[in-house]
Amino acid sequence: MLSVRGLTKKYGDTEVVRGVDLQVNRGECFGLLGPNGAGKTTTLRLLLGLIEPDAGSIDLAGLPVPQQAREARMKIGVVPQMDNLDPDFTVRENLIAYGRYFGLDRAAITARVPELLEFAGLAHKADAQIAQLSGGMKRRLTLARALVHDPDILFLDEPTTGLDPQARHLIWQGLRRLIAAGKTIVLTTHFMDEAERLADRLAILDHGRIITEGAPRALIETHIEPAVVEVYGEGLEAWTRDHAGNVCTRSETVGETLFCYTEDADRVIDALKDASGLRYIHRPSNLEDVFLKLTGRDLRD
Amino acid sequence: MTSHWRLPRLSWRFIPVWQRNYLVWKKLAIPSILGNLADPMLYMLGLGYGLGSLMPDVAGMPYITFLAAGTVAYSTMNAATFEVLYSSFSRMHVQRTWDAILNTPMTLDDVMLGELTWAVAKSLLSGLAILAVIWGLGLYGHFWMTLWIIPVVALVGFCFGGMGLVMNAVSPSYDFFLYYFTLAITPMVLLCGVFFPVSQLPPLLQDVSAWLPLTHAVDLARPLVVGTVPENIPLHVAALVVYGSIGYVVALALTRRRLLK
Repeated sequence: MLSVRGLTKKYGDTEVVRGVDLQVNRGECFGLLGPNGAGKTTTLRLLLGLIEPDAGSIDLAGLPVPQQAREARMKIGVVPQMDNLDPDFTVRENLIAYGRYFGLDRAAITARVPELLEFAGLAHKADAQIAQLSGGMKRRLTLARALVHDPDILFLDEPTTGLDPQARHLIWQGLRRLIAAGKTIVLTTHFMDEAERLADRLAILDHGRIITEGAPRALIETHIEPAVVEVYGEGLEAWTRDHAGNVCTRSETVGETLFCYTEDADRVIDALKDASGLRYIHRPSNLEDVFLKLTGRDLRD
Repeated sequence: MTSHWRLPRLSWRFIPVWQRNYLVWKKLAIPSILGNLADPMLYMLGLGYGLGSLMPDVAGMPYITFLAAGTVAYSTMNAATFEVLYSSFSRMHVQRTWDAILNTPMTLDDVMLGELTWAVAKSLLSGLAILAVIWGLGLYGHFWMTLWIIPVVALVGFCFGGMGLVMNAVSPSYDFFLYYFTLAITPMVLLCGVFFPVSQLPPLLQDVSAWLPLTHAVDLARPLVVGTVPENIPLHVAALVVYGSIGYVVALALTRRRLLK
């Protein structure tokens, strides 16, 4: 459905995207992860043909991009990072106006609107102004708007950033319905739980390069020990000095917390028994641990 | 980036963009019409009759007729300029409506052609309203001749729409547009024969005036109001077409650089 080879984009002397290869199959949900500034949004804009690559090739839904970007965009629905619903229109009018940009006639769009409103859970808000919608409603409407021309592929750029947990779950529910209906989804996010939940496969992008790729579970198994004990509290320094090297396979201190990665969490917990001032959380390792291990803990502002 | 400077690809796909602006305008049509038209009409009637009663004929016609012809060109220019400055800027920069449209099969060429043709429509509306006043007050020479003012008004809208889109492309905020009004639009109003004949200007300024687009607009509109055939029609039409077209092409290139990066 999407095949990218050697994609490169330079701004001046800085390479923002540096030789990215991607393969997304039909019906798959593919996650593109990376810290801020890793090149996720630039990659999406390249895929849409909005900007031209300096090198590399893109084949999207059987069409070369950017050469036939316009035709390719007929088959793609886009949910952008920032809401850009039309504030001069009501909910319903937003869907109708957007459908026209795809060349759909009014009858075809009007027939589709009830279904889209139901999908977005906005049937009762059809004639509301955009300013009256909550953040979650706006996102759902943006998602419904991206479906107005029944695309084969959806591009979602951080679809749940800024939403509360309830609203995020509703978006995820909608996305799972779309996956079940056979849509192909390309999703960028920096929420690891989101990627773990939705993506069949994912790639981690950092400094414009793909540093790893695979199914979420497989990435966790490949890159990281199965369990983590997070230790914090009084006496951490002494405990780290005396025990961490023995009981942790790998450990890392971040701020006031020691992340102790291990194959045998019981051994770590045993070693913590006598340290009365210390507290700990024991949990299975997750995608975030992989992400932080691979991209580092430095702030990316 | 030379690719930003490739020539526009024009297509009928701009229509949904035009239609979008029309549907939004329709919601607030009445206040919008009043707001756009009251101002030039008040000036025209107030100055035309108030000041005009103190004056002899100007350029061989009553001052109100002279001013009415100037106002057709001037208010058309203003309507197009306001539309592509403030309104287009809201859609492009503040509401991000253009970004949303660019994720569909539309290109920036289509979006900006939609904006330009919409500015032409707003100009037509504005010019027609002044024309209606001219008809109502009987300020014209030959009725049939005044109908030619309609295409002239569309052309003036195209010219100033295209030029204004350049300012839209380079502006960081609404405040920036004040430069364009202070440095371009207002001087033009005074130099192009809207309120008084160009022949009143010193020779140097007359030479400058001959190059300004509003002069060509006025030179077409005034004879048509009075009921004579304008002189040098091809020159005036070509000037307005060239200013507008260059504006659109440059604006498109600069907006590509701004948005498609």
